[in-house]
Amino acid sequence: MRFALPILLVAVTVGLIAAALFGVGQAGGTVGIAAGSALPGLTPNAGTPEQALANLFTDLQRRNWNRAFAALSKTSGVDEPSFIQDWAGANGSLRTFSNLEGYDSRPLHATSDDAQVRVRLHWATPVGPVEDVRDFHLTHEGDGWKVVWPKVEAPTVPAQVVPVTYLRWDLISGGAEDGWGSRNVDSPHVRIISMNAVESAEGSVVMGEVVNEDTIPAFVNVNAALVDGSGNAIDDESSFDKIAHVLLPKQVSPYRIDFPNINLKNVKNVRMDVKATLVPASADPVIGVMDQKLDPDVQGKSVLHGELLNQSGQTVNIPHVIASFYDSNGKVVWVADGYVDRSLLPQTSEPFAVEIPRTLAGKVQTFHVVVNQYSLGKS
Amino acid sequence: MTLAQDPHLPTSAVAGDETTISTSGNGQAILYLVGPGVASKREISLGEDIHLPSRELQNAGRYVVSVCSDACRSGSFYVAAAEPASLTFLVHPSRVPVGLSDAISGVALPFDPFHNLVRVPMAITFQLTSGKTAMMSRSVQTQDGVAWFRTSSGKDAGVLHVVAAVDELSARRAVQQVASEPCNLRIKGQRTPKAILVETEPVRDCSGNPVPDGTIVTFTAAEADGKSTVDAPIKQGVARAQIIVTKAAVISAASGVVMGNELRLGAQP
Repeated sequence: MRFALPILLVAVTVGLIAAALFGVGQAGGTVGIAAGSALPGLTPNAGTPEQALANLFTDLQRRNWNRAFAALSKTSGVDEPSFIQDWAGANGSLRTFSNLEGYDSRPLHATSDDAQVRVRLHWATPVGPVEDVRDFHLTHEGDGWKVVWPKVEAPTVPAQVVPVTYLRWDLISGGAEDGWGSRNVDSPHVRIISMNAVESAEGSVVMGEVVNEDTIPAFVNVNAALVDGSGNAIDDESSFDKIAHVLLPKQVSPYRIDFPNINLKNVKNVRMDVKATLVPASADPVIGVMDQKLDPDVQGKSVLHGELLNQSGQTVNIPHVIASFYDSNGKVVWVADGYVDRSLLPQTSEPFAVEIPRTLAGKVQTFHVVVNQYSLGKS
Repeated sequence: MTLAQDPHLPTSAVAGDETTISTSGNGQAILYLVGPGVASKREISLGEDIHLPSRELQNAGRYVVSVCSDACRSGSFYVAAAEPASLTFLVHPSRVPVGLSDAISGVALPFDPFHNLVRVPMAITFQLTSGKTAMMSRSVQTQDGVAWFRTSSGKDAGVLHVVAAVDELSARRAVQQVASEPCNLRIKGQRTPKAILVETEPVRDCSGNPVPDGTIVTFTAAEADGKSTVDAPIKQGVARAQIIVTKAAVISAASGVVMGNELRLGAQP
């Protein structure tokens, strides 16, 4: 009898471990939607399309590239290096710093031989959670299901010399003997040209546009304080990454300031404050925004999409798109942003997409897109 | 110990110069000196001259002297600033568009070696020079230690040197005169195998000054079902961008509030 309790504890422990191991890909609350996470476990047989995807994502989360590649259909159009690069990213892109945190999958159609599954991938990234929706095609091969990985069109840049007229501004902080005097170079003149406060599902949002009216670059930050009827500050926030901070002369940037869980009905006044600092800056790279269109996506959401074209000779590691949307009166009704998880190689393009809320989709008449960029080793 | 009468104080004293106070009577007493940033106490012998060292009189302003024996007697004297040793010169703004009236202002304040504002009226000469051209030369008398000017910006972009001078002293500042808004923004386009290469003609303001490099020109290609935009900086006077256009499109350019001409392109075969 003295061994009964230890044996019972061991048995329960083994049972729980087994339940956890074989439970991968089975978690999820919504009927018809499978969900997964980064739980480690033994890989069960891919008896269903969902299980095949779960196995694949488990191997990808563990960076078990060989097993993941082996789980792909022979009809896939990729070799292993391209497959790894497609998933893990390259060239210091946002994807190289990201990890798959979880996913939801929803079958679109299935027969005994093939299936189509829509997967919403939840990535953990340095700039916050990022969601990516991909449709996967699966085929039944042998005794299980395999994922058909689409052919990856990785941009290649031919060896070339791209002449660049280099333009940058340097800041000289002179002493009293300097011709510019000591600390007497004025801060850049920037101006908020529009502001709108709206209620959103998450709280209150203050947004608009700011312009650099000066002839020098400016580092800009917009702050807002919400004030109640008694004149007391309710909250104050800054635009954080919802703005292009470095503005060249005459450049306009959207800004958005989120106040989570604050009801706009309690707000009587909004105090705006724009701070501009003179900073060293570069005029490169130039990134064009091609083929901008506002269309519904596969899920029926209104999405502004297009292509970013890097017109310079340097790699942009993490492109960041910020868009302002206007109504028929030219009023800014929404500001949205999105990071592109692939790097932008010189002279190449990458697609981008920015979502707008369903409630505003009908109001939007036009839009303006600016591209922010982060490059490794540069401020 | 008796103090016959009030201490005899100097009628005029200059900052940084030592001065003398004379007393009457005999015996020992205590002298208190209180002035701007100074408070001291010492024993003195009545009837002898008391030397106040220069280090106690460096700050201009009113000083109070009290001599106490069996009773206290007080008096005050004024220490004026010494000769100017430096000129603080504030000029605003550091950048100004050309052709603006009353856009540039400057204030000069003379200070002595001990940082006292020199309030004695004196003539300060302001000179503004753009390149080799003298734009303004004006002599202004200080009032309570301050002299100032206000003037319009010139017509040519470039550095405007501003000098304030008094006697042998001078202070120099620089104001960057910059082009104002672009004028007559004009663009032209050229088809390349991959895209349309559009560029502006040299961008100048209405006075003919080149708009500063780095100024953003936004090129927009509007097609029937979408648009493409490029924010391109002016480099060496010209802004360039390549826009991928496959259908009929209207290409336009804008910088700030200024719109340029339009290019109408047919669909690419």
